[in-house]
Amino acid sequence: MPGRGIIILLALIWSSLSICTASVVRPISEAHRSAALELFVPFDGSFGSLEDIYASFRTLEILGLEKTQDVSDVACKSVVDKLGSPSSTTKDLFYALKVNSILRCQTETIKFEEIASKLQTVLKSASCLPDFYYSIGSLLLIKNHGFEVLLSDAAGTFQSIKALSQSDGKWRYDSSSAESSNYAAGMALEALAGVVSIADSEVDKSMIGVVKNDIVKLFDSIKSYSDGTLYFDDKYVHTNDYRSPLEISASVIRGVTAFAEVASGRVNIPGNKVLGVAKLFLSLGVPGTIKDLFHQIEALSCLENNRIYIPLIISLPATVLSLTSQDQLKVDVTSVFGVPAPPLTVKLLQATNSNSDGKPNIENQELYFDQENSIHYLDIASLKVDVGKYNLIFEASLHDPVDEKKYTTGGRTSFSAFFTGSIQIDKAELAILNSDGDSIETIESLDLSKDSSLSLSANHLQTFRLSFQPTTPLGHTFKPHQVFLKLRHETNVEHIFLIESSARQYKLTLDFLGLVEKFYYLSGKYDLELFVGDAIMENSFLRTLGLVELDLPEPPEKAPQAPPQPIDPYLRYGPKEEIRHIFRSPEKRPPKELSLAFFALIFLPLLGFLIGLVRLGVNLKLFPSTPGPVAFSLLFHSGIASVLLLYGLFWLKLDLFTTLKILSFLGIFLVFIGHQTLSRLASTSSKVKSS
Amino acid sequence: MAKSSSTDAVTLIRSLRSAYAATPTNLKIIDLYVVFAIATALIQWIYMGIVGSFPFNSFLSGLLSCVGTAVLAVCLRIQVNKENKEFKDLAPERAFADFVLCNLVLHLVIMNFLG
Repeated sequence: MPGRGIIILLALIWSSLSICTASVVRPISEAHRSAALELFVPFDGSFGSLEDIYASFRTLEILGLEKTQDVSDVACKSVVDKLGSPSSTTKDLFYALKVNSILRCQTETIKFEEIASKLQTVLKSASCLPDFYYSIGSLLLIKNHGFEVLLSDAAGTFQSIKALSQSDGKWRYDSSSAESSNYAAGMALEALAGVVSIADSEVDKSMIGVVKNDIVKLFDSIKSYSDGTLYFDDKYVHTNDYRSPLEISASVIRGVTAFAEVASGRVNIPGNKVLGVAKLFLSLGVPGTIKDLFHQIEALSCLENNRIYIPLIISLPATVLSLTSQDQLKVDVTSVFGVPAPPLTVKLLQATNSNSDGKPNIENQELYFDQENSIHYLDIASLKVDVGKYNLIFEASLHDPVDEKKYTTGGRTSFSAFFTGSIQIDKAELAILNSDGDSIETIESLDLSKDSSLSLSANHLQTFRLSFQPTTPLGHTFKPHQVFLKLRHETNVEHIFLIESSARQYKLTLDFLGLVEKFYYLSGKYDLELFVGDAIMENSFLRTLGLVELDLPEPPEKAPQAPPQPIDPYLRYGPKEEIRHIFRSPEKRPPKELSLAFFALIFLPLLGFLIGLVRLGVNLKLFPSTPGPVAFSLLFHSGIASVLLLYGLFWLKLDLFTTLKILSFLGIFLVFIGHQTLSRLASTSSKVKSS
Repeated sequence: MAKSSSTDAVTLIRSLRSAYAATPTNLKIIDLYVVFAIATALIQWIYMGIVGSFPFNSFLSGLLSCVGTAVLAVCLRIQVNKENKEFKDLAPERAFADFVLCNLVLHLVIMNFLG
């Protein structure tokens, strides 16, 4: 019948939507307290603006931690300065008063009445939301400090703030801006709550009712993450204006809870939405900055005692339970700060094993309550469940009907848990089969509870078979995640094989004929090791089974060599192999005797030249005899000789620059001398010719 | 025919010899110098032929210094020879000065290239 099918489908969809899957949420714990103390450190010597100081001190106050005296003194000094100065803005006054309310500084000199009247005048002319927020907040703080503060035109102020709201429950910052935001809504609601607190006459109930509807509309547009937590977010234009979802959600919670405090009657927000936001803050764990920690802790403290619904968190202290040591399934139900919940009963609605086709293994078990430790527990060992990964669905129901209006537990909550146990391996056996596939050469049964040292032998025509059956404590078939067999040769070459599972057993068949090449044709002893492991197995093991002597054929010529095995990694710190450098081999030189012979031979032409000169009758008749020209001529010849000497030195050891430098001097000298000599010679010879 | 050609060759050589004897002494000195330079170049060439041209720059510089100086000497001879009508106005001392200068420059370069 299709109608029934559709109804069942719809019921399934609805039930899946109403179950919130929990991310790991645990209430605020000592980890947060120690983080707060660690993060509360000065940056560059100061603790930042009063806003930052307020955030840090408020966090410590909520967590019940002490502040150091010198920091308090510095903060108090800043507070007194700001309160006493006539030029402080309303924002400064607001945060100064906030810090003062925590630290209780020495403020005898501060004239609070003057500040209050100044704020009242600011309030009368305020038009934008921050002005309303800071001035109303400051007035409220002054009133809490013990002074008389009454707002005269409360209804008017209320209307002005309300005028900035939008139809979807968000607020604008002022009447001229077009963008509305959730953050502004939080500020506005807090301001409205403040107005109601300091009004001189009661604010009209209808106006409060309108705002309550706005809150409901605001929560209608809440967003959710995939793990079921809920958050508020805003669009932003500039990165300067960016606020994280954490900050925005904290602001909204602050405003909503503040308004719910002063409003008569209930605000109709469903309990699971409140719980969703509480889980947002708890699922952060321990934030890394003091600002984030402040937002988390402050928002949770607002939720801890709010008038809408107080969230109760169901959490599991341990998600891995051992069946062998008969662990109990324990469930914690507390407020967000770990305060024990009012009397309630926790029921395990369903526990489903992940590989049992959706049929629940446990149904509708009520958990027992341990009064001393405030914890709910269930003895699973008595329920005869098997090992595995379970999906548990809990539901908490409060005993007192009055409590049901105050607290919310979020309906059904589901968790994942592992039940671990000891897995037994039965019918383990090792066999060597012959090539015809069936006749068994050797068969050995194994006891896998300890190492064995079997000794088998096989040749490349035979087949190796390993089989075993893992079973759970209750006798069902179990499929571990990791089942490997490793064969290691004497030379440390390893091969790992995955063992496949069929219906009930795990079996590995190695046909050596096909594996000969994979084994690099290495014959010899192979050690056998079996790994079986799983997260649920408490007795995962690595067992040596023994060794098998393999006889493989000779490798052909082009067979691939086994890869070189990694050497001991500590050897890299020993001395390395010596590097032999290969230099360019020097050119072959002629034998020395030959070179010397030719060196002698070179002088022969010179000798011949000199002999020829003598034979020609060379004489020095034309050499001048008078002293002047003699000197010039001698200098000329010596000049040439010195230049040639310079060249010789240049070849032997000088460099070009020095040579050129000296040559330039010698050259000029020589040119001058040469000119003199030769012109004189020319004139004498022309005289002779003419005469 | 062969006899006449051999006698022709002998007559040729003899006439060359006598003509050469008539050249002035200074030209003969220059000729001797050129022969000396070329002979040195030849010996270097033979050495290179035997041992290979490994330090090629040295071989080149040695060879070219001999050849260069021979060439400069030939230029000197041309300029100094009185029978050359072109260089009638050039004083032989001037030519000699050129010879010396060019040789010095040549040998500077040669020394640099010798390595």
